[in-house]
Amino acid sequence: MSANRLTHLKRLEAESIHIIREVAAEFKNPVMLYSIGKDSSVMLHLAMKAFHPSKPPFPLLHVDTTWKFREMVRFRDETAKRLGLDLIVHTNKEGVAQGITPFTHGSSAYTGIMKTDALKAALTQYGFDAAFGGARRDEEKSRAKERIFSFRTQTHAWDPKNQRPELWKLYNARVKPGESIRVFPLSNWTELDIWQYILLENIPIVPLYFAAERPVVNRDGMLIMVDDDRLPLNPGETPENRLIRFRTLGCYPLTGAMESDAATLPEIVREMLIARTSERSGRLIDHDEAASMEKKKREGYF
Amino acid sequence: MSALETLDVEAFTDYLARHERKSLLRFLTCGSVDDGKSTLIGRLLYDTKLLFEDQLKSLERDSRKHGTVGEDIDFALLVDGLEAEREQGITIDVAYRFFATDVRKFIVADTPGHEQYTRNMATGASNSDLAVILVDARHGILTQTRRHSFIVSLLGIRHVVLAVNKIDLVGYSKDVFDRIVEEYRQFAADFGFKTLQPIPLSARFGDNVLDRGPNISWYSGPTLVEHLETVNVEDENLDKPFRMPVQWVNRPNLDFRGFSGTIASGRIRPGDPVVVAKSGRASTVKAIVTYDGDKPEAQAGEALTLTLADEVDVSRGDVLTTPDQRPEVSDQFAANLIWMADEPLLPGRSYLFKLGTKTVSGQVTEIKHKTDVNTFSKLAAKTLALNEVGVVNVALSEPIAFDAYTQNRDTGAFIVIDRLSNLTVGAGMVEFGLRRATNIHWQALDVSKESRAALKGQKPAVLWFTGLSGAGKSTIANLVEKKLHSLGRHTYTLDGDNIRHGLNKDLGFTDADRVENIRRVAETARLFVDAGLIVLVSFISPFRSERRLARELVEPGEFLEIFVDTPLEVAETRDPKGLYKKARQGQIKNFTGIDSPYEAPENAEIRLDTTSGTAEELAERIVSYLVANDFVI
Repeated sequence: MSANRLTHLKRLEAESIHIIREVAAEFKNPVMLYSIGKDSSVMLHLAMKAFHPSKPPFPLLHVDTTWKFREMVRFRDETAKRLGLDLIVHTNKEGVAQGITPFTHGSSAYTGIMKTDALKAALTQYGFDAAFGGARRDEEKSRAKERIFSFRTQTHAWDPKNQRPELWKLYNARVKPGESIRVFPLSNWTELDIWQYILLENIPIVPLYFAAERPVVNRDGMLIMVDDDRLPLNPGETPENRLIRFRTLGCYPLTGAMESDAATLPEIVREMLIARTSERSGRLIDHDEAASMEKKKREGYF
Repeated sequence: MSALETLDVEAFTDYLARHERKSLLRFLTCGSVDDGKSTLIGRLLYDTKLLFEDQLKSLERDSRKHGTVGEDIDFALLVDGLEAEREQGITIDVAYRFFATDVRKFIVADTPGHEQYTRNMATGASNSDLAVILVDARHGILTQTRRHSFIVSLLGIRHVVLAVNKIDLVGYSKDVFDRIVEEYRQFAADFGFKTLQPIPLSARFGDNVLDRGPNISWYSGPTLVEHLETVNVEDENLDKPFRMPVQWVNRPNLDFRGFSGTIASGRIRPGDPVVVAKSGRASTVKAIVTYDGDKPEAQAGEALTLTLADEVDVSRGDVLTTPDQRPEVSDQFAANLIWMADEPLLPGRSYLFKLGTKTVSGQVTEIKHKTDVNTFSKLAAKTLALNEVGVVNVALSEPIAFDAYTQNRDTGAFIVIDRLSNLTVGAGMVEFGLRRATNIHWQALDVSKESRAALKGQKPAVLWFTGLSGAGKSTIANLVEKKLHSLGRHTYTLDGDNIRHGLNKDLGFTDADRVENIRRVAETARLFVDAGLIVLVSFISPFRSERRLARELVEPGEFLEIFVDTPLEVAETRDPKGLYKKARQGQIKNFTGIDSPYEAPENAEIRLDTTSGTAEELAERIVSYLVANDFVI
């Protein structure tokens, strides 16, 4: 191998930057969906690189269900401030007013109302014609066929049969009013690539990824962190402190922790490499049925 | 990877550092439903330990539910993603898979092999450096093998693995393998493959995928993974002339003006001379700016921002190039084109062409031939249908910079976008620029359109009457011309029927001929506008895109679209030439409104509801419009 050859991470980085720039150049009103997780952190870092010395010419959008880990919200606000970026935080206020929670309405209805509907409402309200998301093709089978530029109708629906062929680096960014494109610059990254890149580039991530003593309860084999006093405890359930960390982050009542003592990035990567549970199984929403993600995507979930 | 558990943190950090230096190979697999392609990819993921426990569990569960291999694990289920295709048992789109070994990361484009999915294979091939072409050892080289190889070659892939799968089902026979390889080498000789590695394997049992296995001792070549790890697809773009299509002008403040893009080929250093390909403006590179600091050198594949020593006009779509070996600049080129839409290619219709970072309108002016992807024979064609491949001439509305695709995949590839649906309808590869564009210069004439029009005391314009047959277009146009004439204006009417007796008598009524019909009339109208005339065009012109083409041929404001809006029932009742009757009886095919669509204008300058007044009144309305808008001074 020639010494000049770009490494796989450099090639992935260049591809993502190219995609992010195309969006900034071709769309009128793009936005970057910022979920605060490690993939979002990498995507944001790539956006900073893409436009340096300018700032990314689009705002960040976080759909806040009000059930995010407190550390996530703190990290989110700090990050936007540190980088000097516009951050839009959108919450489905009707849902809050109606008292929609993961406990009262079940994970599926709750996710639909507080995440999917809220996201669609925000995209419509601000008239965004392109939205970056941090999804990767390796996350889940139905995502393996997702385009980098994923076309959405005026109702934000995804029709797997009606996606545009995507050749070379030539992305078709043309939409009619009300239509939009979801753009996935990390499509070709794997979980390992993400971690290696975070390590290599020293990218800040939410401390919840690192092992620490945290209060949890064990529910059906999932360790749920008691992040605040809103978590209803079942009879006889007492939170206990355990050494845990998270592989993915979402709404705390729906996100399972893993017991781990991995407190540094290399330890996390090592643990990941010898792990025997794939990433999304830490999220409750996928357990319903095998093709649940495909269904969710058609409805507009990322 | 279980050895990892024994590594201490320091040793593990070394391990990670090694893994950060991996290279990347993108390849595609092509084969038909039964060649075992999905099984092979599933096997690669399984053997390289890329499966997690819960994935394995759901695989075992799904194998019992949908599987086709009895009690064994059906690896194909790992990769057949969408619900619909799992039920149908076929792969219907391009899927991307990832696996890695200690030295390389792999991105696999998994593409289906059916005839109707040429477009998917082209998509997968466009970003691949290598193709694994699967052949079922029991069946040998099939028509589809030839088709796959042709498309792979067309898309510029220079490295091929001929994977002779299911070798277990022919008793691991060396003779069978040798025969298939020999036959393949013969027909693939002209495809320009740099490496061709035949490998006998069994995806189901894993022979020669990652490990050698005990069953094929007569084979001494590499296993599939060994070959993929070591094959040298060293980026040829590094040694080619410098090209960088500009994506975005980086202008954070008045003191900084940079040009962001991804280097398509070659290398660049500060101080190197560069030229803007289209304008020929020259400067030198001042700095290579990145988030990680300025760089002393950069090469193909890197995304960065260049600043130049001089104030040079550069915008998105421009190509920065080395001065001594520049790309071609032309508004016409010949290209291989793969059609990807249900609606066929119509020569003469206006489409958008995106090449590099530049998007311009243009048209296919001629289909030289289409290629039968199974026999490679050349056939005459008037259109290209879905999944058809042809050689075409393209004319763009302005010159752009490009290279031949065989010289540079990044600056020689383009996509074709439909202007109405916005769909990606074609994928093209430039063969060569057409010198015509450089040799036929515009003859500058001293007497201009303006001076000719001024002499006549009028503003030249096209009055484009569109509407159904029998709507009243010709009647109204005739009245308008009479009125203008009596006002002393200089006019001319191009009537659909009359033109078809002369200039367009060689054209029929297929969609392709209708487009050419309109193109010729539009070009004629343009010449008459140039002569200073008010031109009345009375044509059904059913397609929006052709009317748009006509509009774009003249200056903004010179084109007035007049929608003669008559309901079909009314036009059919009038039926002045008895055509509707014949069409209803099936004596006329492709009759607009009956068995051929009419796309009503959305933004016509004038809409005439013919049920709202007499022809005389409607004609007067048009003349009033012309007076009010200073066409008649």
